[in-house]
Amino acid sequence: MMTHDKIEKNSILLLVLILLVVSVGGLVEIVPNFYLGSTIEKVSGVRPYTPLELAGRNIYVREGCYLCHSQMIRPFRDELERYGHFSLAAESMYDHPFQWGSKRTGPDLARVGGRYSDEWQVTHLTDPRSIVPESVMPTYGFLATTPLDTSQIVNDLKANRIVGVPYSDEMIANAVADLRAQAHAEDPGVAALVKRYPGAQAHAFGDAAGAVTEMDAVVAYLQVLGRMVDFSTYKADENLR
Amino acid sequence: MNWGVIFLLAIGALLGLFLSANAVDVPFHLHGLVFAVAAILGIFAVIKLHFDRKGQVVTGYNDGVVRAGVIASMFWAVAGLLVGVYIAAELAFPSLNLGLSWINFGRLRPVHTSAVIFAFGGNVLICTSFYVVQRTCKARLAGEIAPWFVFWGYQLFIVVAATGYLMGVTEAREYAEPEWYADIWLTIVWVTYLLVFLLTLTRRQEPHIYVANWFYLAFIVTIAMLHVINNLSVPASVFGTKSYSLFSGVQDALTQWWYGHNAVGFFLTAGFLAIMYYFIPKRAERPIYSYRLSIVHFWSLIFLYIWAGPHHLHYTALPDWAQTLGMTFSIMLWMPSWGGMINGLMTLSGAWDKLRTDPVLRMLVISVAFYGMSTFEGPLMSIKSVNALSHYTDWTIGHVHSGALGWVGFVSFGALYCLAPQMFGRQRLYSLKLVNWHFWLATLGIVLYVAAMWVSGIMQGLMWRAYDNLGFLQYSFAETVAAMHPFYVIRVLGGLLYLSGALIMVYNLWQTARGAIAQETPLLAVPAAAPAE
Repeated sequence: MMTHDKIEKNSILLLVLILLVVSVGGLVEIVPNFYLGSTIEKVSGVRPYTPLELAGRNIYVREGCYLCHSQMIRPFRDELERYGHFSLAAESMYDHPFQWGSKRTGPDLARVGGRYSDEWQVTHLTDPRSIVPESVMPTYGFLATTPLDTSQIVNDLKANRIVGVPYSDEMIANAVADLRAQAHAEDPGVAALVKRYPGAQAHAFGDAAGAVTEMDAVVAYLQVLGRMVDFSTYKADENLR
Repeated sequence: MNWGVIFLLAIGALLGLFLSANAVDVPFHLHGLVFAVAAILGIFAVIKLHFDRKGQVVTGYNDGVVRAGVIASMFWAVAGLLVGVYIAAELAFPSLNLGLSWINFGRLRPVHTSAVIFAFGGNVLICTSFYVVQRTCKARLAGEIAPWFVFWGYQLFIVVAATGYLMGVTEAREYAEPEWYADIWLTIVWVTYLLVFLLTLTRRQEPHIYVANWFYLAFIVTIAMLHVINNLSVPASVFGTKSYSLFSGVQDALTQWWYGHNAVGFFLTAGFLAIMYYFIPKRAERPIYSYRLSIVHFWSLIFLYIWAGPHHLHYTALPDWAQTLGMTFSIMLWMPSWGGMINGLMTLSGAWDKLRTDPVLRMLVISVAFYGMSTFEGPLMSIKSVNALSHYTDWTIGHVHSGALGWVGFVSFGALYCLAPQMFGRQRLYSLKLVNWHFWLATLGIVLYVAAMWVSGIMQGLMWRAYDNLGFLQYSFAETVAAMHPFYVIRVLGGLLYLSGALIMVYNLWQTARGAIAQETPLLAVPAAAPAE
C-alpha cells in the first residue's frame, strides 16, 4: 500500500483525514433534522412548561428518573393499548434535554398525566410498594419534606428562552407568582396563569401558608405529561407529506 | 521555575474561590472549592517538580505518569464495579435504596457508568496511550508538566462529576451527565491530552506511525468532537450547576445518541483496539497478522461507526429514514469489527500454545473473542424488528456488559498485567496463578450476568407484547417487574464474581509493586500433550 505510506508518515495529515472521515456520518444524519418538516412540525396544544412544571421537571432530571422510565411510546399495538397514542416529535419540542430514556425498568411515562390522582402520585412516590407491591422503585418521601427552591426559577425561564423556548417577558416577570398559583388552586393568580399557559392545571397542594415542596413540583410535572395535545381533535393526516 | 503554569493555576484557584463564594446552590459552592484546592495543590506540585529536578534535563521515557495511571485504573475499577454491584442489588432488593436521596438508583447509576467507562476505562486509555506512544515512537512524552496535568486534571473531572451525581447534578443524558462546568474543564484537559499525544508523534524516531497510534489518535480527536457538540448548553446562572441543553426533543435525542453510540465506538472500541494492536503482538511475540487488514479495519471502522447512533432511536419520533440509515450502517459495521477481531486473533498464529501457560495472554485473547461476540450481537439488535423486542429491556444491558466486562474489562486487565511489572521495576508478576483465578472468576461472572440479562430481557419484551386469547394484554407492567426478580439476583452474583476477580488483581499488582514473588509451580507442571507416536 504505497499511498497509505504518506499518511503513516505524517501525523498532521493523519489527524486531518481522521477528522474528515468521522464528520460525514453526523453531518448527513443530524443536520437535516433541524430543517425537515416532520421533526419541526408545530402541533396545537404544545406549550412551554409552567414554572412549577419546569421546576418539577428539573427534579425529575436531578433524580435520574429517565434511567428507568422512558417517555417515548412506540407505534405498536401493545404500547398504544398500555400507554396511549404514540409520541409525537412536537410533544418534546420544549424538552431541554429530551427525556425519552432507553430503559423501562418501570413503565413509560409519556402519557402518565391525568392517569392517577395527585394523592395517588404522592403516596406512590413516598412509598411505591404500598400501592404496587412488585415495584422496585426507590422511595422519594424526602421530596415532600424539602421546600422547593424558587430563587432561580426566573433564571431557568431565561435560559430556556435563550435555547429557544418561547417564554415571553410577561411569563418571566410572573414566574414566581405563577409557580405559587399553580400549587394552590384557590390562589387568585390561577386565571392569569391559565391565560399565559393554556390548559395549565392548578393543584390543591400544601398548606395555606403557601409553602411549595419539591413533591408538589414533581407531581405537577407528572400530571402534565402527554396531556398538552388533545388527540380527540388531533388530525394526523395534516402532517402527512 | 515554570512561572506561566503557576500563574495559570493561581488564576484557576482564584476563579474557583470566586465562583464558590457567589454560588447559588450547594453543589456549585463545593465544586468551586474543590477546583480551588486542586489548583493550589497543583502549584505545590509544580514547585516540587522544579526543586526535584534541580534544573537537570530528564531523558528516557516518562513512565511516572504511566505508573500513576496503572494505580488509578485499579482504584477506579474497584470503585466502579462496587457501585455496579450495589445498584444491581438495589434492583433486586429495593429496600437497599435506604430512602436516602444520594444513594438512590437514579443517582448512583451514572456514578457506576461514569466510573467504569470514564474513570477506569479512561485511565487505562490515557496510561496505555502514554506508554505505547513513547515505545512505538522511541521518543519521550512531550512536555513535563502537561502529561501530569492531563492525569490529575482528568481525576479532578471524575471526582467533580461523580460527587455531582450524588448531589443530583446531572444533564440527564446517558454517558454525558456531567454539568456544563465539568464539561468545560474536561475540554481543557482533553485538548491538552491531544496536544501531548500529537507532539510526541511528531518527535518520533521511527518513520512510520504504528497502527496502535492511529487508533489512539482517532479516539482522542473524535471524543473531543463528540464531547463539545453534544454538551452545548446554556447555564441558568454562571454561579449555578444547572444548565439547559442547546437542542431539544428529536434533535437533542439524535445528537445525544450520535455521541452515546460513539462513546462506545471511539472510547470503548477504537481506544481499546489500540491496546489490542500493541499488547497482543507484544505478549504473543508475534507480528500483527495483516498490515493490510489493519488499514482497512481502521478507516472502515471509524467511517462507519459515526453513522450507527440512530439505532438507539428505532420506532421513536425520529424520522424513519434516519432510523433505517442508522440500522444499515450498524449492520455494515459488523465487517470492520470482525476484520479487527480476525486481525487480533490470527496474530496468535504459531503461538496458540502460549494460551495454556500464560493467563495474561489468555485474558487478552478472550477479550478479542468477546469483542467479536458483542459486535455480532450489536448489529443484530440494530435490526428494527429485533430492536422492537429488545429496546427498553435488559437485553440491551446484557449486550453492553458482554462488551464492557468481556472486551473492555479483559483487554484492560491484560494490559495492566503487562504494564505493572515494568512500571514498578519488577521482573515479573507476583503470581500467575492469581491471574488464572481472576480470569476464571471474571469469566464465570460474565456468563452469569449476560445469560441472566438475555433471558430476562427477552422475557420482559415478550411479556409486554403478550395477548391472551380474548385479545387483551396478558400481563400488567407490575407482573413483568415481579418476573425479573430471580434474574436480578443472578446478576448480582455475576457482578460479585467479577468484582472478586478485580480485587484479586489489585492484590496481585500490589504485591508485584512491593517486589514480592509468590512461591508457585508453573501453570503446567506436567508437560503438555506429547506428540503422537
